[in-house]
Amino acid sequence: MTDITSSTFVRRNLLTERPAPVKTTGFVGLMRTRLFNSPTNILLTIVGALLLWFTIIPSVRFLLVDAVWAGTDRTACLTENAGFVVGACWPYIQAKLPQLIYGFYPEAERWRVNLTLFLAAALLVPLLVPRLPSKGLNAGLFFFAFPVVAFFLLHGGGISGFGLSWTAGILQLFDDSIIGAGQVLLNLSKTSAMAPLLWVIGNLVVLVGTAIYWLIFPLTSLRDQLQGTGQSVWADFAITAVIVSLIAFVLGGGVRTGWRALASSFATFVAIAIVIKLMGLDHGGLPIVQTGLWGGLLVTLVVSVTGIVTSLPIGIALALGRRSTIPLIRIFSIAFIEFWRGVPLITVLFFATYMLPLFLPGNFTVDGLVRALVGIALFTGAYQAENVRGGLAAIPRGQGEAAAALGLSWWKTTSLIVLPQALRHVIPNLVNSFISLFKDTSLVSIVALFDLLGSLRASFSDPKWSTPSTAFTGFAFAGIIYFLFCFGMSRYSLFVEHRLNAHRRT
Amino acid sequence: MSDPIVKISGLNKWYGEFHVLRDIDLEVKKGERIVICGPSGSGKSTLIRCINALEEFQEGEIVVDGIELGPNLKHVDAVRREVGMVFQSFNLFPHLTVLDNCTLAPIWVRNIPKRDAEATAMKFLERVKIPHQANKFPGQMSGGQQQRVAIARALTMNPKVMLFDEPTSALDPEMVKEVLDTMVDLAEEGMTMLVVTHEMGFAREVANRVVFMDAGQIIEANTPNEFFAAPQHARTKLFLSQILR
Ligand SMILES: Nc1ncnc2c1ncn2[C@@H]1O[C@H](COP(=O)(O)OP(=O)(O)OP(=O)(O)O)[C@@H](O)[C@H]1O
Ligand SMILES: [Mg+2]
Repeated sequence: MTDITSSTFVRRNLLTERPAPVKTTGFVGLMRTRLFNSPTNILLTIVGALLLWFTIIPSVRFLLVDAVWAGTDRTACLTENAGFVVGACWPYIQAKLPQLIYGFYPEAERWRVNLTLFLAAALLVPLLVPRLPSKGLNAGLFFFAFPVVAFFLLHGGGISGFGLSWTAGILQLFDDSIIGAGQVLLNLSKTSAMAPLLWVIGNLVVLVGTAIYWLIFPLTSLRDQLQGTGQSVWADFAITAVIVSLIAFVLGGGVRTGWRALASSFATFVAIAIVIKLMGLDHGGLPIVQTGLWGGLLVTLVVSVTGIVTSLPIGIALALGRRSTIPLIRIFSIAFIEFWRGVPLITVLFFATYMLPLFLPGNFTVDGLVRALVGIALFTGAYQAENVRGGLAAIPRGQGEAAAALGLSWWKTTSLIVLPQALRHVIPNLVNSFISLFKDTSLVSIVALFDLLGSLRASFSDPKWSTPSTAFTGFAFAGIIYFLFCFGMSRYSLFVEHRLNAHRRT
Repeated sequence: MSDPIVKISGLNKWYGEFHVLRDIDLEVKKGERIVICGPSGSGKSTLIRCINALEEFQEGEIVVDGIELGPNLKHVDAVRREVGMVFQSFNLFPHLTVLDNCTLAPIWVRNIPKRDAEATAMKFLERVKIPHQANKFPGQMSGGQQQRVAIARALTMNPKVMLFDEPTSALDPEMVKEVLDTMVDLAEEGMTMLVVTHEMGFAREVANRVVFMDAGQIIEANTPNEFFAAPQHARTKLFLSQILR
């Protein structure tokens, strides 16, 4: 008994903390445990340090130490005048900054670009900060109202009608093309071997077209009446507002629950009226600035933001279409996706810019920038479709079944259960595509659109600033700009991913 | 009390060439509790999934509370509004909190205002004894708790019939009891229930009838006492001897 107690050790007073015999914390600890703990790591550390040495030091020297900061033309950035081997020539960027941001956008109108950028930021930032309220209104403003306002701000011009005229116009265009097609068939029937068949079909098509003509006649004649009056825009606006508000009222549930829908419809139209009035859209609007004059960062942002905002819905629609049980939709989606994935973006842009006009009827032109925008949106949409499809495939079948068992329709199941989960799974892939889209916008410079990089290259040819380091300075500057945007997107996506995946942390 | 709320007649279903359900006839009266058992692959799940049109069928007719569900599944939405279902694998929506899981369908299917839907959901969460976890995500709960949430979620739609497809098979033994207790409570309140399960204790305690299926057919249907004491069919005897060993 006694030897057990004597050999049992009971501490009577607690020991004070002692520092570790070998340092494991702080800088020295880090060196010992992470960087120099084995021969391989010692080697890797040295190689890494050398790499840093050979990249960081020259960059810092070029961008900061050896840089010239002030001057009015090239002479300031020449070695013989500066007295040392000149690195970055920042006065050149300073002098060219307006061109890099606005391109050839007329100087007097540049406030419109600034205002647009300001509006974009004012709407986008609250949208991106999760804590801020009324996301629905904010998103509505950014995705629907802002593009329209931005168009009239940047491009200028006014409107000559409203909903009624536009509906009439679209229907008429549609009807004209039907009748046109019928006449083509009739012409063909004069020479073809299948003459009787073509003649019958041609006549049928023309007949349908004529029927539609009389169907929409009240609408088109009303439009023509309105055009005759002095206040065509406002008359049309009033009629459209009344019709749309009534529809909203009825769809919203009529006398019982429709009042809210009516109120929001009314508020929307009031807001639209204010915008029309403020921008003077009813009598010509702002002076028109052709997109050919747009350039620099403006074009880069317009192309990439439009691409990002439109490609995701396109991608979602295509991904859902690809899983559809309706064969026609599925085949169309697959063909569409595979087509756009099969051609390089450069080809798409070339085709949109130089070939498309040849196919379109003579009096029908589409703006060059719009053509590039559509090409990029469809191209990126196809890629996003494959990203989204990956997310959809990761959702277990039980989710859809549980939703169906609760009585949710296909649309509600998809938008409330399936897509929210699927998109969360693929945020990294989606943002990856956005980032590559942002950088791919520089390809538009080959179809005569001057984006940031295009404007930069154009500025190289200015003899006033031609020095040995001009090009390097320009590319360094563009690189920094691209990096800031892409890195920003990347970090924000990490933040969102972390936040939305709260449910996966247990 | 005696009019059938679910009436299945001449139901036949094929998966391609495979005849899964063969000439099923079954009537369930209001407030009746039916336990369906049988060997694996006998078509139990398929049968109850036909009742809320998660599976389509080729022949026969299902009438739920007077709403007719023929082979072309015309009244799917109406039927699904009357029938709640609990799955073996819970199938809660992982991106929504427990409360949102329970209010989603009332809000989006029945157009109930959010506030009312939440009050109702809390009432049912209290009934399955997890009101305190309403703001958790499903992934943060035990299997038994998740399955009770799934039951509450189905109940928020005020179904007239509840379908259970092996609700306790994916659970650890100590959680089986809490889910079965919830189901017993529900039965005592008079809910019409069709339960696919191998929990014979539950069948004895709660069921009005036990239905035995094999190879896509209903082979035997009887009160629990009769069913366990004097099984008629050789196949039933074999099954019971295996399961009650
Ligand atoms: N989608 C399907 N396609 C083809 N065969 C299927 C499909 N689903 C089920 N089956 C087959 O139908 C039969 C019945 O399946 P069911 O799931 O109804 O059986 P069960 O009685 O519920 O079995 P368990 O006890 O294993 O759940 C099985 O043989 C199964 O292989
Ligand atoms: Mg089963």
